[in-house]
Amino acid sequence: MSSIATNTGRKIPDQLTSPASRALRSWESLLLLVAVFIFILNSFASPYFLDPWNLSDATFNFTEKAMIAFAMALLIIAGEIDLSVAAIIALASTAMGIVMQAGFGTPVIVLTGLATGLLCGAFNGLMVTRLGLPSIVVTIGTMSLFRGISFIILGDGAFRGYPDSFAVFGQGYAFWVITVEFVIFALLAVIYAVILHRTNFGRAVFAIGNNPTAALFSGIRVARVKMILFLLTGLMSGLAAVCLTSRLGSTRSSIASGMELEVVTMVVLGGVNILGGTGTIGGVVIAAFVMGLVTFGLGLLNVPGIVMSIFIGLLLIGVIALPRLWSRLRGA
Amino acid sequence: MTMLKSREAILTGAILLLLILIATRFPGFVAPANLMAVFNDTSPLMILALGQMVVILTRCIDLSVAANLALTGMICAMLNVAFPGLPVAVILIVALACGAVMGAVNGLLVWKLAIPPIVVTLGTMTIYRGIIFLLSDGAWINSHEMSPAFTGFPRTQILGLPVLGWLAILVTAGMALIMARTPMGRSFYAAGNNPHAAVYTGIDVGRAQFRAFVISGTLAGLAGYLWISRYAVAYVDIAGGFELDVVAACVIGGVSIAGGVGTVLGTILGALFLGVIKNALPVVDISPFWQLAISGAAILVAVTFNSRSGRTRGRIILKSVEKAT
Repeated sequence: MSSIATNTGRKIPDQLTSPASRALRSWESLLLLVAVFIFILNSFASPYFLDPWNLSDATFNFTEKAMIAFAMALLIIAGEIDLSVAAIIALASTAMGIVMQAGFGTPVIVLTGLATGLLCGAFNGLMVTRLGLPSIVVTIGTMSLFRGISFIILGDGAFRGYPDSFAVFGQGYAFWVITVEFVIFALLAVIYAVILHRTNFGRAVFAIGNNPTAALFSGIRVARVKMILFLLTGLMSGLAAVCLTSRLGSTRSSIASGMELEVVTMVVLGGVNILGGTGTIGGVVIAAFVMGLVTFGLGLLNVPGIVMSIFIGLLLIGVIALPRLWSRLRGA
Repeated sequence: MTMLKSREAILTGAILLLLILIATRFPGFVAPANLMAVFNDTSPLMILALGQMVVILTRCIDLSVAANLALTGMICAMLNVAFPGLPVAVILIVALACGAVMGAVNGLLVWKLAIPPIVVTLGTMTIYRGIIFLLSDGAWINSHEMSPAFTGFPRTQILGLPVLGWLAILVTAGMALIMARTPMGRSFYAAGNNPHAAVYTGIDVGRAQFRAFVISGTLAGLAGYLWISRYAVAYVDIAGGFELDVVAACVIGGVSIAGGVGTVLGTILGALFLGVIKNALPVVDISPFWQLAISGAAILVAVTFNSRSGRTRGRIILKSVEKAT
């Protein structure tokens, strides 16, 4: 018995590690540990942190970004990326402003925002799937184009005076301290988790990210799936535009600038491989909480926004670099 | 015939057409003095685009160039405020060194840890900008705080063209030499065209990418000092979003985002194309707010055009193979 074991060059485990120990060692549980750690740190750092209303306010730091991050996670898992999401928010918000000034009510304003997002997503998707262009260049282009159109319309002006009923999306509470945005966020988390992890469509997304050619030959309509993912990302950006515009109560052409970075950071922090093929919605949800807690905690300590962005940047590079550094050191 | 069909010829034609169109209504725009001013104004974009070209050639992307420019510029400006007597030559060396270090950080993360370049440079972009705030406390450094020698250098006229413009020409010539005549320059093309083949010919792809980032960073550092001293003001948000213009200039100039394809001349023409549009907008009385949308549309048109021309070439090869068999 032992001679056979020594003869084989490499060890093949006769038993996989148990699901429980795999779950414990997973990226998500590590991230959860980080989240809990930051939560405890925050509650010691500021006496105002544990107030329920403050915590409720803290959720605004991530709910809008997380809405987009769910769709972005699917897109990145499928091997594409959309850098134009923040620009889509600007364009959708501008479109909503125009409709509002024309005297339409809340339902039309909301529909306009969602439709604009969907249209922008369709434009990105068509450029990528029909013309076969790399999504990173397309969306760098549309990032300038969409925000540019918003600039042309608004200049350095602003749309104000949204109807009171419109405020419910960004300022309303579902019950007690739970905001409407948080309810939307939670619902979307469940929906996207089911789509990605429990449906054929979700399997197709993973297959495309791992090997688009093999996916095509196994009967997956790759272009169609990618198109749907770009549409979803556009729609989510439209939804985020509705929430953000409602929360701010005004539209400027600089709205949500730089948000694409935070959305991508959230997705990558959530354990989604930037090269495609792997990732979970659960990871993105925890990453959303981590980023929300970090920015809120730093905010309570009066750290200015631009310094927070250093933390976000370090977080983005650090979460990818540290495991690689660790395995290099262990390998050496 | 192939000369006429080349990307460079088409771009030159497009720029000339643009100039003729503007000249029919505003003849003053094509006066030599004004064209020289347009060239001078486009110089920082040209310098940055050449660095970006090298990075894109090796299948990477550097989104941190504008942040690198701003941070280097702020360091130079603060140095000038602290030591007004410091000669410009020293400031230039500091600028090049600062830029190179920031480029090396990007390059090391890409080379040694194999982190995707877009993630690295998205991250360092925000980190570099954040460091400017930490250094300056969010305060501006204005022209009256800078020494006359510091702000005067890029504007000194030699043969009618300011030093800024001459530096762009110098960098262009240097890059053309490096790309065409040195093993390092050829290794960038090899690493981007076919990394596996490059490894077998003895080229370290990771090292080539690292060098590309150092070149891009160094040029961004140079542009940083030039930018700050030309506009005579330094603050956190300087050149915000300029990295997109730089990538746009490359894509318009025919640099393939998939790596391995691109020329110095094409990149320069791509930058000049954007420069002419930017300078013409106020002349033909279009709001400057149009500029962002126009450069976005130009990227999309250029990248569509690139993929089309690439595809036809592929078809022709296939046809000849079919005939042969």
